[in-house]
Amino acid sequence: MEAIDEIVAEFLVESHESLDQLDRDLLALEQNPGSRDLLAGVFRTIHTIKGTSGFLAFHRLEELSHVGENLLSRLRDGGIALTEPRSTALLEMVDAIRGLLADIEHTGGEGEDVDHADLIARLSALLEDGPDGAPIGQVLVEAGDTTQEAVELARMEQRLGDQRLIGAILVGHGATTPAAVDDALDTQAGLPRSVVDSSVRVDVDLLDSLMRLVGELVLARNQLVSRLGHGQDGSADSSLARSAQRLSLVTSELQEQVMKTRMQPVDTVWSKMPRVVRDLARTCGRQVRLEMEGRETELDRSVLEAIKDPLTHLVRNAVDHGIEGPEDRVRAGKAAEGVVTLRAYHEAGQVHLEISEDGAGIDPHRIAAKALERGLVSRAQLATMSTREILDLIFLPGFSTAEEVTTVSGRGVGMDVVRTRIEAIGGSVDVTSTVGEGSTFRLTIPLTLAIIPALTIGSAGRRYAVPQVSVLELVRLSGEHARGGVELISGAPVYRLRDVLLPLVRLDEQLGLVPAGAGDGRGGFIVVLQAEQQRFGLVVDDVLDTQEIVVKPLGRHLKGIPVYAGATILGDGSVVLILDAATLGRRANVVTAAARVPTVEAAAADEGVEPVLVVEIGGGRRAAFPLATVTRLEEVPAASIERVGDREVVQYRGHIMPLVRISTLLGVQGEPGGDGEGVQLVVHSRGERSVGFVVERIVDIATERAGTRSDLDGQALVGSVVVGDRVVELLDMDSAILAADPQFSADGHGQGGGAPSPASGARA
Amino acid sequence: MRQLSTFTVGTHLFGVEVSLVQEVVRLHQMTPVPLAPPAIAGLINLRGDVLTAVDLRARLGLPAPEPVPAAGSGMREPVNVVVRLDGEPVSLLVDEIGGVLDVSQVPFEQTPSTVDERVRGLLLGAYALPDRLLLALNARRVLDVGMGDALATGREPARG
Repeated sequence: MEAIDEIVAEFLVESHESLDQLDRDLLALEQNPGSRDLLAGVFRTIHTIKGTSGFLAFHRLEELSHVGENLLSRLRDGGIALTEPRSTALLEMVDAIRGLLADIEHTGGEGEDVDHADLIARLSALLEDGPDGAPIGQVLVEAGDTTQEAVELARMEQRLGDQRLIGAILVGHGATTPAAVDDALDTQAGLPRSVVDSSVRVDVDLLDSLMRLVGELVLARNQLVSRLGHGQDGSADSSLARSAQRLSLVTSELQEQVMKTRMQPVDTVWSKMPRVVRDLARTCGRQVRLEMEGRETELDRSVLEAIKDPLTHLVRNAVDHGIEGPEDRVRAGKAAEGVVTLRAYHEAGQVHLEISEDGAGIDPHRIAAKALERGLVSRAQLATMSTREILDLIFLPGFSTAEEVTTVSGRGVGMDVVRTRIEAIGGSVDVTSTVGEGSTFRLTIPLTLAIIPALTIGSAGRRYAVPQVSVLELVRLSGEHARGGVELISGAPVYRLRDVLLPLVRLDEQLGLVPAGAGDGRGGFIVVLQAEQQRFGLVVDDVLDTQEIVVKPLGRHLKGIPVYAGATILGDGSVVLILDAATLGRRANVVTAAARVPTVEAAAADEGVEPVLVVEIGGGRRAAFPLATVTRLEEVPAASIERVGDREVVQYRGHIMPLVRISTLLGVQGEPGGDGEGVQLVVHSRGERSVGFVVERIVDIATERAGTRSDLDGQALVGSVVVGDRVVELLDMDSAILAADPQFSADGHGQGGGAPSPASGARA
Repeated sequence: MRQLSTFTVGTHLFGVEVSLVQEVVRLHQMTPVPLAPPAIAGLINLRGDVLTAVDLRARLGLPAPEPVPAAGSGMREPVNVVVRLDGEPVSLLVDEIGGVLDVSQVPFEQTPSTVDERVRGLLLGAYALPDRLLLALNARRVLDVGMGDALATGREPARG
């Protein structure tokens, strides 16, 4: 026997143990097929084997257990029942896994002589009820490769005597493609496309070198474009210009995609945690459930790599030192099973990771006593420290709260190392805790390369990016508004936004690009920002775009200018600075630690009001859109509206956007108003799709008072509301959208803006 | 063997240790950074990395360049000498790039006392080439552009 890696040996021992248990459990299940506990146990075992074998690159083992896991997952969720063929197949799978494990033990490899394709196919087929798995038509429909109607039709033809297979008939009808049928057959045969076909392993060095090459390409592209732009004789070859344009687009796309290959969901690290928690809980005699939120949160892989150990340590700590033993928990009036929660999200241009548990909490008195005993602080120092500062002592080198050295600690990683590691990548870690209720460790990690949505704006002829998380809304400051809407209160400009005074900050003045006061009275946009629970308006000249940007850290020379959170490179290769909302606000003295201006959301929650966009639709009538459903306001030239069939469309951001005239939809009498020049659009987007509602004039954003709704029957209306002192018709967004684009809800991805629109919520 | 990578700013010939120079690129686009010291020319995109560019002319307090003569294309792309110090690449903006010179046999002198005192601190000394002086830059000092640097104040608007 060759020397096997220690970790593999551990895996083998544990797997053998759990397989024996699995045999017993599966047999018990046959007696008692409804037991969810037994099923959950079996599922976990296979899941663990799958996870670990994937980790150790035993692909055959992974593939086999993956299919078994799928079947068990459906059984556990009650989608299908445990029948005799299913339990037989599962037992066979256990035997096959045992065989593979034996091969690994003896040869160090999985062995090539045994073929599990048949078993895998059988396991997959058993995923669905019915004699031979899902019918091909079903698979095609689910894959979106054909329609239910086409399948029905093909079945009917079969019944009428057509000898061909369903797939062949569908292809014959042109209802699907031969390639799609091939894929569907693969799916049916249980070849998990997601694992086998749709991903490949790529060497990280290769990704890095791809990234460098793309960078070179971008550079060359930029030079070519600028050379063309500054052609000496001004008569650049137009076909060359077109090629350059195309090259430019493709390069930008390529750059973006390659950048994305470096991003990985936090789940790549988290996926190891269930096993860590399970093993540790068993060793320590704890009952622990692990919950994870925000698995899809993406981080640059270098950041992920850096947080892996600290994160594992914190999770181990949560189980080992956080969660109490079951008896203690029950005595304290808690459930015997403790909960460790991992949470990840992007906020304020940073990634936040939280590790919390509902354990005993950290007693600051004990921490203080320990720190004193270790000579880390003096009694005098302690006397002046807040609870938070005392808790912070656990991050000092040489501090350990473990009463005894367990097998778990004693791994050479203390809290001080966690902090050092996190700070090394420019992050921070802190802890909050309530005795008896549990503790939460918060890691704040700079994005470095994380991709965030941002708003690009223009000020003083330059572009800047503002992280979308701090942007609440945009207000257009037209010339007349600029004078009328902006007031001075003791010399400081404020804007009256829905009866709340919004302090204003001019970006160009803050950046020292124009003298103070120079921009007063000029038009532009107010970007309403929220920082540290306070709102203020950032006045800019132009709002350009929202897009996903890749955050790059600034060099050490510029680290001292906190107004900038970093920089990014836009698609055209230009560098744009990212603004930090909180710092801008503090600089202009509109954000302070003490003052708390109530936010729109808070106000809305308090009074049960919902913001709506009020528009004029002609004939003196007004209608309201729930603000949550409004993506953008646009003005397009009337001449740009084209007709396709009986619909009106307009080209919008590279797509064809269907339009619907609210006046027509709501049956407004008389000629539509407007001067025939610009057309006002309210754009609603969901995923890639957008629809535009043509309105006569945008009036205002207002809050609708709950209880003022009255049911008013009418097409595409939910009812009417009183805004100010006028009756406004509240649009039923779902039917209004369908009027514009009947396909919208069918294949809109259901993400983004108001999928569950407040209007439809109110109707229910 | 001591090799310097040379370049000109105005009428002066400068050199830095060749091992510090990562590469030399001509780049047209530069994003200015408001509130930064004047010696910071802005940010450049070097193959997907954002680099700070230090304007060597401003850093050394040299006079602004003569207007570019009308001959030729007119627009001249600034030359970025990308210097890597402590693992972080920083661009030095210069007028023209020269060659790499082996200065092991060239007599080395203290920086002439005629040179401005503040600039003198940024130089290691001078090599007397047969036809002109090669001023050896102290790269670390040159790149140490602090917010409170003596040569780098003045334009930051005083605001609370």
